[in-house]
Amino acid sequence: MPQTLKGAGVSPGAGYGPAKRLVREIPDPDPDAGHGGDPAAEAERAVGAMEETARDLTDRGEAAGGDAAEVLNAQALMARDPALADDVRKRVEEGASAARAVSEAMAVYRRMLAGAGDYLAARVADLDDVRDRIVARLMGAPVPGIPESDAPFVLVAEDLAPADTAALDPERVVAFVTREGGPTSHTAILARALGLPAVVACPGAETVAEETMVLVDGATGEVALDPDAAAVEAATAASAARAAAAARSTGPGRTADGHAVPLLANIGGPKDLPAALENGAEGVGLYRTEFLFLDRADAPGHDEQVAAYRAVLEAFPGGRVVVRTLDAGADKPLEFLPAGEPEPNPALGERGLRMMRRLPRTLDAQLSALAEAGRDTGAYLQVMAPMVTDVADAEWFAAAAAKTGIQHAGVMIEVPAAALRARHIADHVDFFSIGTNDLTQYTCAADRETAGLGRFQDPWQPAVLDLVAASAASAADAGRSCGVCGEAAADPLLACVLAGLGVTSLSMGAPALPLVRAALARAELAQCRAAAEAARAARSPEAARAAAAERLPGLAELGL
Amino acid sequence: MAQRRVTVQSEVGLHARPAALFVEAAAKGGSEVTVAKGDGAPVSAKSILAVMSLDVRNGDEIVITADGQDAEALLDRLAEIADAG
Repeated sequence: MPQTLKGAGVSPGAGYGPAKRLVREIPDPDPDAGHGGDPAAEAERAVGAMEETARDLTDRGEAAGGDAAEVLNAQALMARDPALADDVRKRVEEGASAARAVSEAMAVYRRMLAGAGDYLAARVADLDDVRDRIVARLMGAPVPGIPESDAPFVLVAEDLAPADTAALDPERVVAFVTREGGPTSHTAILARALGLPAVVACPGAETVAEETMVLVDGATGEVALDPDAAAVEAATAASAARAAAAARSTGPGRTADGHAVPLLANIGGPKDLPAALENGAEGVGLYRTEFLFLDRADAPGHDEQVAAYRAVLEAFPGGRVVVRTLDAGADKPLEFLPAGEPEPNPALGERGLRMMRRLPRTLDAQLSALAEAGRDTGAYLQVMAPMVTDVADAEWFAAAAAKTGIQHAGVMIEVPAAALRARHIADHVDFFSIGTNDLTQYTCAADRETAGLGRFQDPWQPAVLDLVAASAASAADAGRSCGVCGEAAADPLLACVLAGLGVTSLSMGAPALPLVRAALARAELAQCRAAAEAARAARSPEAARAAAAERLPGLAELGL
Repeated sequence: MAQRRVTVQSEVGLHARPAALFVEAAAKGGSEVTVAKGDGAPVSAKSILAVMSLDVRNGDEIVITADGQDAEALLDRLAEIADAG
């Protein structure tokens, strides 16, 4: 009987392949480890591993080309360094094992390079990588870092950090499985952006042996080890059917009985427009404008800002474009702004609108550029502020927007205080957009970046659903729209529940649009409402998900 | 034995790409080659780790020493790499 692990499915689809583990460090070779007594043979083994590593690095460099080739070539020179080889031979001669000798000899150079200060810091990292590769080869251990493979594999890890995945080749990975993490963790966000199936918060993932064949169901959260051929075929067929249904789904977002739920794209700049249009976005529900402001010594000028906003507005003639004003904070500092005091907890600090209230000129300049871009394009421009907490915040932002000629000003609902008092905030603004990632973080008091809190980083937490319901109801009472622009909107089942809670539009990373569109098309509004009510009546995220699925039988044909 | 004193013009000193080029060129020659920073102790010019550990920066003077038949030609080539802006 094949063993099956169960975690949280956060990116639907089936993936099948050999497991490869992400290892962060290799064990330090035992300081007392000697060798079998033949120093010549042991030295040969050490130098052989160094040469093989050098050849491997050279091959990789040739395959990579460009700057990467230069770094890899320099690393190959380190691996076959003749002075290093002499030192290794000497240490083996004195009785050290091959792995220990390499480790100790390289530590000498590491100290010298590290002593030269920041200037050589990158070389120290390169040297450590070479050391790890040689020592791993000698110890028969996997090399640290994203596994390298020519064939597709299932990446199994404790959790994935942005630094781990920077080197990831999406063509080589068929699915992610992590022991930690939650639906808003980096792993989940990345998997959805790449359209790869993923299961997170999966106990037992650490026991999966290298090269075990693994079948991952990113919808149910099941991870089958050494599954039989029939199971693989069934899962692959279901995944293909789902992909086909998603591909067939076209047109505006609507439920089976025709209730419109516009489907919009989250973008980080004009570069994301092609994917949004390809996936049938009806507009933009979240235009993150930070890209204009990051990594530069001076603020972007008026004309530069107008051009960046106009490029997006022009892509959706007659469509809606919701722009979020600059969302900076102590964790995302901007060079040209005066540095604030270091904050013990940036998530609860002076970020988003809180920072703009201290720097009104930066906000005014952005709003003026937006107003100008909006005047001469055909799109329906809406502008919203992040991290709005109370009525005073909303009033202040609405006044700033009106002063610069912005016609539709709104606020993000991501602070529980704003959700609970949405009925008062609605008096002052045109629309709400719920940022479910931060709303979940603040509702459950669980930092989005902290691995191990996956259980709380889940927008299915009934408390989060309650706050979404409260916000949507307040918006409806005041005749305002209330969208969702967090990861929650990208979950096809939850998207139906959100529609049932009264959310009026859904915005997500473009790759998620087709499947959400297909899911909505298989549910009637009354079913969405029943699912929403059942989810809110549940006592846990798992129960909420199960209760919702039961009331949305049409989604079963999507394997959801 | 041939010797050459060169002021390093490469912007990144003898690090990164110039270090790799320098070591590769040194390894190609059959001769014994050493490099020293100023009047410091010489190290093997065929060892990238030893060369980088010298921490030679833009404007530093280095002394390259080579033995053997092709010593002069090799020194020309090495000086050229260290000299490249």
